[in-house]
Amino acid sequence: MIIEGTVWRFGDHVDTDLIIPARYLNVSDGAELAAHCFADLRPDFPSRVRVGDILVAGKNFGCGSSREHAPLAIREAGIRAVIAGSYARIFYRNAFNIGLPLLEAPEAVQALSEGDRVTVDLSTGEITLKGGETTFRAGAIPPFMQSLIEAGGLVPYLRKSRTS
Amino acid sequence: MTQPMTITEKILAAHAGRERVVPGELIQVRVDMALANDITAPLAIRVFREIGAKKVFDRERVALVADHFVPNKDIASAEQTRLMHDFALEQVIRHFYDPGNGGVEHVILPEKGLVVPGDVVIGADSHTCTYGALGAFSAGVGSTDLGAILATGTTWLKVPAGIRVVFEGGLQPWVGGKDLILHTLGEIGVEGANYKTLEFTGPTMERLPMEDRFTMANMAVEGGAKNGIMASDEVTRAYVEGRGLRDPVFLESDPGADYDRVLTVDASRVELQVAFPHSPDNVRPVSAAGRVPLDQVFIGSCTNGRLTDLRMAADLLKGRSVAPGLRVIVLPGSRDIALRAVREGITEIFLEAGAVVGPPSCGPCLGGHLGILASGERALSTSNRNFIGRMGHPESEVYLAGPAVAAASAVLGRIASPEEL
Repeated sequence: MIIEGTVWRFGDHVDTDLIIPARYLNVSDGAELAAHCFADLRPDFPSRVRVGDILVAGKNFGCGSSREHAPLAIREAGIRAVIAGSYARIFYRNAFNIGLPLLEAPEAVQALSEGDRVTVDLSTGEITLKGGETTFRAGAIPPFMQSLIEAGGLVPYLRKSRTS
Repeated sequence: MTQPMTITEKILAAHAGRERVVPGELIQVRVDMALANDITAPLAIRVFREIGAKKVFDRERVALVADHFVPNKDIASAEQTRLMHDFALEQVIRHFYDPGNGGVEHVILPEKGLVVPGDVVIGADSHTCTYGALGAFSAGVGSTDLGAILATGTTWLKVPAGIRVVFEGGLQPWVGGKDLILHTLGEIGVEGANYKTLEFTGPTMERLPMEDRFTMANMAVEGGAKNGIMASDEVTRAYVEGRGLRDPVFLESDPGADYDRVLTVDASRVELQVAFPHSPDNVRPVSAAGRVPLDQVFIGSCTNGRLTDLRMAADLLKGRSVAPGLRVIVLPGSRDIALRAVREGITEIFLEAGAVVGPPSCGPCLGGHLGILASGERALSTSNRNFIGRMGHPESEVYLAGPAVAAASAVLGRIASPEEL
């Protein structure tokens, strides 16, 4: 699966309270959550992000609360892949469960800036910066996780494997 | 001779039907207790329905706790709580709690004996790691994982490698579990234990009351850990006696078990700690806090809302008054704790001092309800996270500490040590 989009750049230790503050957790509807994604950190994010964009962050992305509303809000806002130096473990599991692919690529994180156009090949983990033709390699996504992403998350994956 | 195992490996092996497991292995485990709250249950219930499940795997092994936005703060949160309550009625789930009979999830599950030593407990809340204090394996997950567990009673896990923290020496006056865990977080950092087990051990732990142990295991996730855990000992046995719904299995790590890292802490040198904004690992001893005026003090939460915490705070507030202009909010962790606080006269001490005593609820800890901060305001809180905007406005500040520092700060209106009173 190949994703091409514009980079939104974030720093280290972005916690799930910053991704979606708890005051917005009185609903679980994806579109409503997306409208408040990064409300305190980047209030313009929901209105400016485009479907297919790519979120790039430093280390320990998604730390803190286990709220699945965090990857949901990111996905529903339009982000199609996240590239970070590292992830907090609950967020990592949640993201794949809802069909949001995460790549671990500290070198790419160092090199990428806000607004860059990049192409991400989920099957090879190859990240290519448009124009410069610079290429980075992320840790490969295990085949099981890739099939989760292809299905759109754990729920459709389980449904599909039940019927096939 | 068999290979030595850690307590975490022993529990996971037993629940995977295996002789032994090793770090990095992916295993499927039985879940003894599955937990969700008013924020995470609605999503998990949606997943449960979407995968076509009709009945929960075991109605005795599911706990649903309304604690985050309760008593319901608005129409939307009321709808979420009702959805969870309706599900509990439909599935005849025995362990459904609201503030009238329950309290904060990680306070009431051990209190009511829903978790016993040797269990595997998975909860849709990051502080599910609290139950490691009993010598159980417990970890937080998201709602999709929990929805699948509600249907199947099993889940997959990667066996975590361990970090062993050895505490030696006696504690200074007023110093407790909160100070030990904040100090540890300062040593390892907020991702120092990512994907790993934080195992607390050593002579200091043996003398530590159960409540302090819960506080420590509770904040293992603040170091990124999958679970926090400690051996079951006499203190554990005394706590679970007459309480557990199931038979406990008391375990400890084998001598010679393998760890990624061993950290030794001279506990006798650990002072009262304060975590400065905006990270739980940004710790300093209270003596080096400087002059930090406060607008609010919160005593409560799944970290420090237990009876011993309230007693410690009340000891310091007795006969004293809350500083002018300061708001002090006390939320007991459970109905039972609230009741005992009333009977022991603790509630009266808080009220006479000028604090507000509210219902058992997560309250202001996550900035949703019952004590939210305005821009530029500063709070000292006995809870677990001080991220940007955690308790309210993104330009507010949260400082974390234990109940003794909270009470002293309540009297002086700035971050303070009990020794200053």
